[in-house]
Parts: sequence; C-alpha cells; structure tokens
Amino acid sequence: MYTEKVLDHFQNPRNMGEIEGYNGVGMVGNARCGDIMQMFIKVNDDGVIEDVGFKTFGCGAAIASSSMATEMIKGKTVEEALTLSNAAVVEALEGLPPQKIHCSVLAEEAVKAAVDDYRKKKANYQE
Amino acid sequence: MKRVYLDNAATTRLNSEVLAEMMPYFTDNYGNPSSPHSFGQQPKSAIDNARRRVAAALNAEPVEITFTSGGTEADNAAVRGVAERYASKGRHIVTTAVEHHAVLHTCELLEKHGYSVTYLPVDEYGMVSAQQVRDAIRDDTILVTVMFANNEVGTINPISEIGAVCREKGVIFHTDAVQAVGHVPIDVKAMNIDMLSLSAHKLHGPKGVGALYVRKGIVCPALIVGGAQERNRRAGTENVPGIVGLGKAIECACSEMDANAKKMSALRDRLISGITGLIPEVKLNGHPVERLPNNVNFSIKYIEGESILLMLDLNGIAASSGSACTSGSLDPSHVLLAMGLSHEIAHGSLRLTLSDETTDEDIDYVLEVLPHIVERLRTMSPLYHN
Repeated sequence: MYTEKVLDHFQNPRNMGEIEGYNGVGMVGNARCGDIMQMFIKVNDDGVIEDVGFKTFGCGAAIASSSMATEMIKGKTVEEALTLSNAAVVEALEGLPPQKIHCSVLAEEAVKAAVDDYRKKKANYQE
Repeated sequence: MKRVYLDNAATTRLNSEVLAEMMPYFTDNYGNPSSPHSFGQQPKSAIDNARRRVAAALNAEPVEITFTSGGTEADNAAVRGVAERYASKGRHIVTTAVEHHAVLHTCELLEKHGYSVTYLPVDEYGMVSAQQVRDAIRDDTILVTVMFANNEVGTINPISEIGAVCREKGVIFHTDAVQAVGHVPIDVKAMNIDMLSLSAHKLHGPKGVGALYVRKGIVCPALIVGGAQERNRRAGTENVPGIVGLGKAIECACSEMDANAKKMSALRDRLISGITGLIPEVKLNGHPVERLPNNVNFSIKYIEGESILLMLDLNGIAASSGSACTSGSLDPSHVLLAMGLSHEIAHGSLRLTLSDETTDEDIDYVLEVLPHIVERLRTMSPLYHN
C-alpha cells in the first residue's frame, strides 16, 4: 500500500527528534484523530533554516510525510519553507494512498506552525 | 526472515486435510446438488454430511443448519429475517455497542426502517450482563442479538445466562459466534441459543462459506430468494466445495478443541505476561479470564497502531490494530471506545491472535522484536516524555 520511498522514510526517518537551539516550534493535529506532528526549526540570522527536527505520533504515512518535509525545508529560507505544499510532499514520496493525503497536509501545516512561532518569537525579541 | 502470522481472528490458514476433502468437489464431483441425475447425488450427500457435522458441533439438529456465504450473511439473514417475520409482534431489538459491523450496521439499517434498537453499553472489559439484557427487554422486543465472543478484544459474554433470560421472556436470542466456534464449547440447547452465526475461514476452513443455525419452531424468511435450495431458506446453487470444507474444518476444530485451547491459552498468557513485563505503560484490553484462548489485545501508550503494524510487518510479523488508520475511518475501534478507552489510547491498540499452529518460537520472536519497535516509535512521539 505504501511506496518504497514512504517505507524508506518510515524506516529511516530523516531529522528525527528535537534539535538543540531551535528558535521555532509548531505542533499540529490531535490525538483524537490519531496524528500529531511537532516541527522544530533553527533559523540563522540570514533567515535560513539551518537545522530542523520532527516528532510524530501517527501512522506510517504521517511519519514519512514529516521526515520528507524536514528534508525539503532544510537549508531553505523561511519564505521558501512557507511555499512548501502538501502536494509537493506527496510527489516527493512518490505518492500516498488517498486516505493518507491528510498526513501530507499535516506536514505542510507543521512547517507553517514552526515558521509562525519563529516569526512571533523574533518580533517579540525585536520589541 | 522469520514470518509469524498472528492475525488469526482476521482469517486462518486452510487446513490441508480440509482442502483434500474439498478437492473432488472442484474436479470430479461437479454436479449440481439439485439435479436428480447421478452427477447431482454425490454433491448432495456431501452437503448432507457437512450439515450433520456442523449440527454436531453445536448440539443442534441437521435440519436447523442453513449454509450461507459466511458470517456476515448469516448475521444479516438472522437479524433482518426476524425483524421481517416478527414485525407484527414488535419492532424493538436489543444488541450491544461492541457487535461486529455485520450486526451493528444491519441494526442501523433497520432503525431507518422504523425499528428501534437498544445498544447495550459494555463494562471496561467489553462484556454485557444478563441483567442488562433483562432490563432492556420490552413488550415489543422481538430479538436479542449478543455476540458470543468479541472479535477485537476476545471477551466472552455470559451467553448461557443471556439465553436463559431470553427464553424466560419469550424473546428470540441470536448470537454471532464467528470468533467462538471451534475455540470454546457451544451447546445451543443447553445455552438456550435460538439462532447462531458461524464462519468457516476462522477455523482453518475456506473463505466464502458459513452457516446460520435456526432453532426448530423459529421462522426466519430467506434473505436471498430464488431457487428452493436449503429448504427455501437460502436460494442459489450451493457452494459445494466450501460447504464440504466447513464441515470438515468444524469437525477438526471441535475434536481438538480442548487440547488446542489449552495450548493456545498457555502461549497467549506467555505473550500477555511477556508484553506486560517488557514494555512499560501498556494496558491489556479485554477480560483477563473470560477471554478467547487465542486473543491478545494491548493498548500501547504514546504510539499509533498502524505504525506498530508496519514495523512488525517489516520484521515478518502479521498483526492488526483498532486504530483509525487501519479501519479506514477517522475514529478508532468502536469496541475500544465503548469500553471507555480514550481516542488516544484506542489509536495505539495492537491485536495479536494465535492459532493452534502458533509455536513457542513465534512468541519468543514477538517478545524479542516488539519492545524495540515500541521504544523506537516512542522516541519519535511528541506525546512521550521519558
């Protein structure tokens, strides 16, 4: 039911876990539906995402989607990261079963939530 | 890689002796049992023989057994048949919140047609009591349908007591015994069971065949109409190889029942105590004692069921889960929720179901692999804080 790519990211998740010195963190989803994603980002002074990490409670597709999303935003600027779409995550995973598309949506939302948090913290700091 | 099949509540391996008995009915004995010529006679007597075997397994009479396409059809035929036939007496049905969807969705369908249904809540183990059934029966109750043993958590209901209540109240009692037949002793006479559904592929028989027992004196109109097969109770040319397979499979299962139950219970208990001892923060779902000999069901906190299944599968172990991801809906198992589990805990359920072919080595292997899988998934989980 899953592509090789999904199984690879499920078995060997990239950027798994909380990272040191993160300055943005977002958590989306809820336990009721069975999927929770947490995304940590460390953004440098140039606005580039230097490091990223994730933690996920969820199915195989949820874990693979979060892993893939971290790979896709690492080294990108926050503006670039915000353009990450769930469709791009699905494409990079070489497809997800129809009932699992929401997992890729969650990954997109997790990135946006982490960037939001980073921007809020930055704004507060500058005030 | 070692392969371990622990999803026997989903289906079982076809027994080779069963297949051997079925084979001639795919090849040489292909006649239609309804045909009066010689080609029809052998298949016809094979069906009669299978009917005797199924009846013997339940302490029923052969005439009380109707062959169906499986457990789901038997459940549909029983519930819809009684509803149709006894509508003039009343339109109330009593069932439980944890039935298989074959019963649950049939009851929901009847509600749309003006019937009222009481879905009895269950206790923390997934069990209903005879007292609950007694209290739920009204003057217009025409049917009580309570599963013999639950397919997800393995809890065995007090069927004899419920049967006694129904008989006393004069209400027809149906039980879905798909998971129980061949695993626990069943005597429809002693237990006051009026109707019972069973399926072949849960006891090393073929898929696509089951049976409905209907006690003499109860009228259950046919669900599928057409020809006069099965004494007008179920139309359609008989699945002769399947019926032969069911007969052989149920005979084998019942003749070895005590020994198999003893063997499986020992392995089951080793698996339960192993998981409890090796993995922190797990919860056994289902009754600790009144439980099918082949069922193990745990909730593993902080992780989700499908990811556990996937990891187990990558290690050659086949299991199942009540998580939403595996049910195809957004909600986890209705059984676990009815037992009072939170959504979060229900999503993390793991069901391991044994057969008489399960070995000590299989259990060792699961106990070796599972703790690592759980630890790995927990380190990924934002809910887990070690």
